[in-house]
Amino acid sequence: MAPEADAQPAPVIIVGAAMGGLRTAEALRKAGYTGALTVIGEEIHAPYNRPPLSKDALSTGVTHEAVAFPQRPATADVDWLLGVRVSSASLAAKTVTTTDGVSHPFRALVIATGIRPRRVIPSVSEGPRSLSGRHTVRTLDDAMALRDELVPGARVVVAGSGFIGCEVAATATKLGCEVTVVSPSSRPIIRPLGPVLAAELQRRHEAHGVLFRLGRSIAVIEGDTRLTGIVLDDGSRLAADVLVEAIGSDCNSDWLAGTGLDIANGVLADAGMRAIDVDGNAHDDVYVVGDIARFPNALFDDVARRVEHWNIPTDTGKRAGAVLGAWLAGDAAFTEALALPFTPMPAFWSNQFDIGIQAYGLPGLADSIRQLEGDLAGDCIFGYYRGTRLVGVVGLGMKAALLPYRQQIATAEAEAATTAR
Amino acid sequence: MIKIDVDMAVCQHYGQCVFEAPTVFTLNADDKLEYLASVDDSLLAEVESAIDVCPMQAIRIVE
Ligand SMILES: Cc1cc2nc3c(=O)[nH]c(=O)nc-3n(C[C@H](O)[C@H](O)[C@H](O)COP(=O)(O)OP(=O)(O)OC[C@H]3O[C@@H](n4cnc5c(N)ncnc54)[C@H](O)[C@@H]3O)c2cc1C
Ligand code: SF4
Repeated sequence: MAPEADAQPAPVIIVGAAMGGLRTAEALRKAGYTGALTVIGEEIHAPYNRPPLSKDALSTGVTHEAVAFPQRPATADVDWLLGVRVSSASLAAKTVTTTDGVSHPFRALVIATGIRPRRVIPSVSEGPRSLSGRHTVRTLDDAMALRDELVPGARVVVAGSGFIGCEVAATATKLGCEVTVVSPSSRPIIRPLGPVLAAELQRRHEAHGVLFRLGRSIAVIEGDTRLTGIVLDDGSRLAADVLVEAIGSDCNSDWLAGTGLDIANGVLADAGMRAIDVDGNAHDDVYVVGDIARFPNALFDDVARRVEHWNIPTDTGKRAGAVLGAWLAGDAAFTEALALPFTPMPAFWSNQFDIGIQAYGLPGLADSIRQLEGDLAGDCIFGYYRGTRLVGVVGLGMKAALLPYRQQIATAEAEAATTAR
Repeated sequence: MIKIDVDMAVCQHYGQCVFEAPTVFTLNADDKLEYLASVDDSLLAEVESAIDVCPMQAIRIVE
């Protein structure tokens, strides 16, 4: 049911003032919603772009100005409550409560609270979490603090060999640090790249001087007030000035405990980005966007997944804004908006040394991987197949040559349907 | 007319913009971005989408 016209209806509240929140706010305005709109965010900074935090911005010096998203006239009248954390929500009372105890009524709620880095829990012993020298890289403040410690000669241990770990390893090496990557994986970024490309990536990192301790995890973090070293599970010790913890992430869904929403892994949503509760009901007045959203993508199948790629906050934010905007406008528009297909193409890129990696689709779904073009030691393209269907593509260089494969992923579903007939 | 500026010192030639506004942005055979510096107002929505999807945030509309 559409909300009734009211003299002063409560605002739409978006929780999380980063890319996903910003794009949803813009899309709501674009969909014609002119009512009150409040964005509540824990960080003190207006929305900014995170990818540079492990790449260029980390090496050249990080400022908010350099990474801030441009503000558009359409969202000039949005109320930004920054530096404020939401501690709980009630869908029945239609309120969120901030840590200062204030209860904020909402007309509709958008969940855009993203994820946070998981911390290293050593198997044997750990100094204080606040030990200086221990870092994560998610926020601008994180990157600023890390930047100050990446001085030439600093001994840096990177825990985790995923994209962010490898990017930080490359950036720190370029800054003159001595870098060792510690990871339980057998190769860096083996998921989703696969063994061949992952081995090549490792070779290129090693050629630049990065050391890898793979198949290992951290047993002890040493230091009283300042980090001094890391002991691995094979008993070997690495002297260390800096530990960068990039071992994965957890979803910021704690504040939704008790709402009845399905928060088992992120927050479950349907293809209209409406939140789904544990009984399987979609909520017309609650939406989920960005890294925290677990949603189905008909481009691949009907399985709901979280996709921590940069284009997802924008694509899901636009979708949620359009559907919610239609719901606020009335029943007919809402049914129409919901019926539109939503098939965002996941897109990922990464820069490590002189290596430009670019990916489309979901390579992680593949059961077989084939080199499609180029030379492994130089520029090349790999295809990721589920059965005979191309579900992902990864290129080192060869950016223009990659584009037709992106098209193939987008149309493969249609083709599969036609051949099946 | 909309005037477009791409900071070529920042652009990494990813070509994400090409999908949003193919009549404005293209990648040439050398993997380099080429674009029209000035386009008709009717393309505003496409150009704004291209700005949104650019990973380097290299595209601007210059007033
Ligand atoms: C260092 C780094 C490098 C990256 N590089 C790439 C890359 O090269 N390519 C790529 O495709 N992707 C990359 N990504 C991923 C991409 O940046 C993310 O997908 C994107 O930032 C997710 O945006 P979001 O708005 O969903 O969530 P987030 O950016 O996580 O924003 C969530 C916001 O909500 C706030 N919040 C959380 N809980 C609360 C609460 N209870 N109350 C109020 N506010 C709250 C948080 O403070 C945060 O500001 C990178 C990410 C990082 C961190
Ligand atoms: S999307 Fe941005 S970085 Fe990529 S080619 Fe276009 S302008 Fe350059």
